[in-house]
Amino acid sequence: MTNRDWAYISNGLIYVALFAYTISFLFYAFETAFSVKESKGFDRTRTIRSNRIGTLFFLIGTAAISLGVIARGASAGRVPWGNMYEFSISGAMFFALAYLIIGKKYDLRWLGLPISILLLIIIGTAITLLYRPSAPLVPALQSTWLVVHVAAAIISGGMFLLSNTVASTYLWLDRMERKGERSEFAKRFPSLETLDQLSYRMVAFVFPLWTFAIIAGAIWAEAAWGRYWGWDPKETWSFITWILYAAYLHARVTAGWKGRKAAWLSLIAGSSYLFNYVYINVWGTGRHTYSGL
Amino acid sequence: MSAPELQGRSLFRYLWRQLTSMRNALILLLLLGLASIPGSLFPQRTQSPLKVREYFQNDPEGAKWLDRFYLFDVYGSPWFSAIYILLFISLIGCVVPRTWHYAKEALSKPTPAPNSLTQLEAYREVDGDLESTERWLKKNKYRISKDESGISAEKGYLHETGNLIFHLALIVVLLGVGASSVFGMRGEAIVTVGERFINVPTSYDNLAPGRFFNVANMPAFAITAANFEAKYDPETRQPLDYKLTALVADSTKERPTEKIVRVNQPFTFGDSRVYLQANGFSPLVTVRDKNGEVKFEGPVPFLPQDANLTSIGAIKVPDMNPQIGFVASFFPTAARDEVRGGFSSYPALLDPRLLVSVWEGDLKMDSGIPQSVYRIDTSEMNRIGLWGLSIGESYSFGSPDPVGTITFNGVVPWVNLQVVKDPGKPWALAGSIVAITALMASLFIRQRRIYVKPKGGRLEIAGLALNRLPGLEEEIGRLVKEAGR
Repeated sequence: MTNRDWAYISNGLIYVALFAYTISFLFYAFETAFSVKESKGFDRTRTIRSNRIGTLFFLIGTAAISLGVIARGASAGRVPWGNMYEFSISGAMFFALAYLIIGKKYDLRWLGLPISILLLIIIGTAITLLYRPSAPLVPALQSTWLVVHVAAAIISGGMFLLSNTVASTYLWLDRMERKGERSEFAKRFPSLETLDQLSYRMVAFVFPLWTFAIIAGAIWAEAAWGRYWGWDPKETWSFITWILYAAYLHARVTAGWKGRKAAWLSLIAGSSYLFNYVYINVWGTGRHTYSGL
Repeated sequence: MSAPELQGRSLFRYLWRQLTSMRNALILLLLLGLASIPGSLFPQRTQSPLKVREYFQNDPEGAKWLDRFYLFDVYGSPWFSAIYILLFISLIGCVVPRTWHYAKEALSKPTPAPNSLTQLEAYREVDGDLESTERWLKKNKYRISKDESGISAEKGYLHETGNLIFHLALIVVLLGVGASSVFGMRGEAIVTVGERFINVPTSYDNLAPGRFFNVANMPAFAITAANFEAKYDPETRQPLDYKLTALVADSTKERPTEKIVRVNQPFTFGDSRVYLQANGFSPLVTVRDKNGEVKFEGPVPFLPQDANLTSIGAIKVPDMNPQIGFVASFFPTAARDEVRGGFSSYPALLDPRLLVSVWEGDLKMDSGIPQSVYRIDTSEMNRIGLWGLSIGESYSFGSPDPVGTITFNGVVPWVNLQVVKDPGKPWALAGSIVAITALMASLFIRQRRIYVKPKGGRLEIAGLALNRLPGLEEEIGRLVKEAGR
């Protein structure tokens, strides 16, 4: 098969993924909406089938996007991390995989709806706004460090996003509990304590990886640009993200922060990652902007 | 606290305690993050001096104010350095005493159990005997201290060890970064292919030595740019490969050695490294006066303006009377449209064209003000001609009487070489590797204490998860199950 064939296959698979996630989203939404009947209260069994179908399509979507990312790599003969379109579909893939893997351990079924919405947004923007035809890498990207640095950064990003989704759920439920009781619908979610712990453990787990992503980037920058740290906007913001998460870990472990305050801090830290990805790539300047995007 | 107490040593001690308190260290850390934001929003002199100049041109008054607060030099500004240095001192003040304290603690036995265990985590009362719990704790590698009141056991010392080593390693990283900026140097030079670069300060277009870098100690070497190849993807016009073949000569070898330099493949000379950073074109031109006498000849490096290497430059001929200057554009593949006028549509030499506008008057080269070699101040000059040239063509300018001719002989590429000496680099790298290993130890190793006390024929058991990682409950459960009767 030629490069062009692979590129077509990849595009097709990404569309399949988008389609599958859309169906999965619809079923999760149905499940969420109809699992509660006002008079009878919360009953998960009512919509368990809807949940299963949603998860089935979620799996199909994840399989399609994984194959799509691989085919994209095959079409260009390299790792598919050369521009923002490719970062986005890879990021979506890692995000979905992290959800599936961690969800198996902790029963995160209740997160299906927000996660499928986020995936639709990421893949949708990638296809409509960020799409670039498959092409070889510019010389500055021709390095083994591309694989190491970008993989670490994307996986960290996926985990930060997941941890933020949990922290947001925490804040939402916390607000509800402070006003009174949880609604019937909200009773399906885990206890506040569980959410708090889960969000923290994801950060603690991925923080060393994020540190590694920065160090690997520095080593690569030394080879490509002649300096390992140059306060390029992307570098600056990755440093800010690092500092915020370091402060978060300190606040939790040393100062004993928990719950609401900790959740807000982790949301701020997570937004700095997102800001770095979106703003610096699209409107920013600096040496991390390749091929327009 | 009254004023007289805050004098001399006690003031110092007070400030020191404030600075090294955990809370203030955290505030400093957050401040450092906050302080680095403006550097990503305003152009910085160290990265994009041209953008800074643009800022000054567009809004001189505003730029002057921004400059007063060092917003174009954020990372070298006094306020950024102040935070950085305070944080550094605070880090040392936090970590060093703690290391000392911890070393003593780690060598001694675990502290004895508190009087009442009920306030601790995972408290329970079970049937069992002290001997079998002690055996279990020993088997599971707990460090144990025992007295008449019961057993106190601790495990996971590597957590705190990792924590301290992580912070000590950060200090090493910061020292390495500091050493590079003080003892290192970096410089850039544009070298036209075929020409030679000699590593002395005057060869650089741009040289930034560290405060304690001795310019006289620059390593002696010369680099001849023998050949440069750039490959582009015809479909996307993006570069595929830049390859410089360089001949490197130094006093230790008889013949120059050939080195290949690519973007991700610098070459090392002693403790300096040479990087290929940018490339462009130098048109070869000859300028003659009306008598046909050569007044200027040679390659003139032009500055690329876009990815297709549309380039601008200036050819200055001070030896003619009146002086002549050419404000010129160069297009490796010439194209034209209504909006942009002339531009280049491909970065390789498919249809090279040189566009010159000829100016006559005072080039102001003797005014003492440093001038850009890529620009001409035409405020006191008159334009006497405008023409586009292909390779081999000449243009005779001046009318009605001819003043001279310019001939476009050909094009050679140039490369921008960056020479860097970075003595702190190995320290920063070693520090980072140690830091990340230690970080994982401190995040993933559970440090916990378990206390066991006899109470009326039964046992009281409780614990303390020292770094708040979950799992203590399960562990005590196992202890009870496996060591109980």
